[in-house]
Amino acid sequence: MGKIATREAYGKALAKLVLEDENVIVLDADLTKSTKTIDAKNACPKRHFNMGIAEGNMMAVAAGMAASGHVVYASSFAMFAAGRAFEQIRNSICYPKLNVKVCATHAGLTVGEDGASHQAIEDLAIMRAIPNMTVIQPCDGAETEAVIRAVHEYNGPCYVRLGRSAVEDVYEYGFDYQIGKGNVLHEGSKAVIFATGCMVQAALQAQALLKEKGIDPTIVDIHTIKPIDEALIVEMAKKHDAIITCEEHNVIGGLGSAVSEVLVRHEPKKVTMVGVQDTFGESGTPAALLKKYGLTAEDIAAAVISSLA
Amino acid sequence: METAASLHEKATNIRKNIVKMVTKAKSGHPGGSLSSADILSVLYFNEMDITAENVDSIDRDRFVLSKGHASPLLYATLCEKGFLDEADLDTFRQIDSKLQGHPNMNYVKGVDMSTGSLGQGISCAVGMALSNKVKGNDHRVYTLVGDGESEEGQVWEAAMAAAQYKLDNLVAIIDFNGLQIDGDITAVMNPTPLDKKFEAFNWHVIVIDGHDYEQILDAFKEARETKGKPTMILAKTIKGKGVSFMENNYAWHGSAPSEEQCAQALKELDGE
Repeated sequence: MGKIATREAYGKALAKLVLEDENVIVLDADLTKSTKTIDAKNACPKRHFNMGIAEGNMMAVAAGMAASGHVVYASSFAMFAAGRAFEQIRNSICYPKLNVKVCATHAGLTVGEDGASHQAIEDLAIMRAIPNMTVIQPCDGAETEAVIRAVHEYNGPCYVRLGRSAVEDVYEYGFDYQIGKGNVLHEGSKAVIFATGCMVQAALQAQALLKEKGIDPTIVDIHTIKPIDEALIVEMAKKHDAIITCEEHNVIGGLGSAVSEVLVRHEPKKVTMVGVQDTFGESGTPAALLKKYGLTAEDIAAAVISSLA
Repeated sequence: METAASLHEKATNIRKNIVKMVTKAKSGHPGGSLSSADILSVLYFNEMDITAENVDSIDRDRFVLSKGHASPLLYATLCEKGFLDEADLDTFRQIDSKLQGHPNMNYVKGVDMSTGSLGQGISCAVGMALSNKVKGNDHRVYTLVGDGESEEGQVWEAAMAAAQYKLDNLVAIIDFNGLQIDGDITAVMNPTPLDKKFEAFNWHVIVIDGHDYEQILDAFKEARETKGKPTMILAKTIKGKGVSFMENNYAWHGSAPSEEQCAQALKELDGE
């Protein structure tokens, strides 16, 4: 299996899409080489526009272009897309339900050395709270490609959360992907792990670690945070004793919260949340940060063991 | 071309409906709606290609009310155009109405963008103009921006983008009535000189009296003839124009008249 950052996979997928559909427009805010929209620019320079370091304007321009019949992919770092431009996304894109795909890269702690100012750990919470918004976080290259195609088919606003660092392949390219349908990657027993983004790989590694201890958790990839797969979450909660959520995001407002919101209504159960524990990150290598902030396979394994105790 | 007399008649009808709507709703923004009625009369009855036949399509000229709080102005203009009924106007700002306090493009035929949060509409208009360039069509995009609104940093982000992409199919009009909610714009947070600022941002700038039909008509003509850059029409206006007790009084930015004041206003607008 290979390894690729989801932002790289995004760039490749968008470069193909922009040539397949002349209605596709790509906007970026002076980060084309980092967000990888440069690939789409190279493929089709006429439909790629650099909007400069002005994310608020970029999102509202995207809304105007979508109101003119274009399918607009607008990219920046998650901090500046979801954070800086929150209100433009809310009022100019989501309120009128316009066809804009906010594809935000460099989400979470794995931004690494740039430090806390650039590590968005609140974006899932912010984006998922907006009516009309669909929120998706793919875990690997193949899933990213599938998501970029799926949001193109879907008419309406989407937030796609992408990472900076290379991640191991989980899926085969061309697999059957559906927005809003969680994927059971491994069927075990007693404990179920709901993971999203790069924490899917960590959860799979945790499963390997736990195997040696005779524990076999079920692993579910919840790529769509909103609308979340309620039926699957309830079904899994009924089948398992312990529930663990894993996200590279604050434990307030992200996947853990979204899963809990489902369970508290349909199948009340204790949920153990592996994630950033309501604190800012710092500079460091992605691996060092994941270790320090408790987001490794070992941390997930420990959470499973304590949940089952 | 429409005559000044006919445009004035339409503007008067628009102004009367603005006053009636805000009175009935007991809320809304009459001052900055009345100030731009002459400009919208020219836009919708002379300048823009928008008709009963093409209103449902995006394949036409479009207008973005960046100062979305002037929704009574837009609704009254669409009513004058025949896209809304007077009965619709009676529902303004009430529960279940399609006439929201700030315009929603999905509820009202002829509303081209949902606006209300200041600074965003001009960016949306930039996006529409950019789309028209990509598609290679001749449609034009117009946006009405408040003078107070230009205190929003996003207006200048949009100004840079419009000039960068040479959007000569975009015309922004600033309703320069000099007043915002808290008072005189120069006292609250002075955004002037707006003409020099937009020139410095590489726009073509035309300064006019926003109540003089000849000047408004000429400015739109000049904008059409301007190539390679967007045009800003800085329209000097009177907030509350046409209603003596509202004119140049910022207290009427966002408050509704009483029934008696409404009757007085309608009399004045009728020239009695």
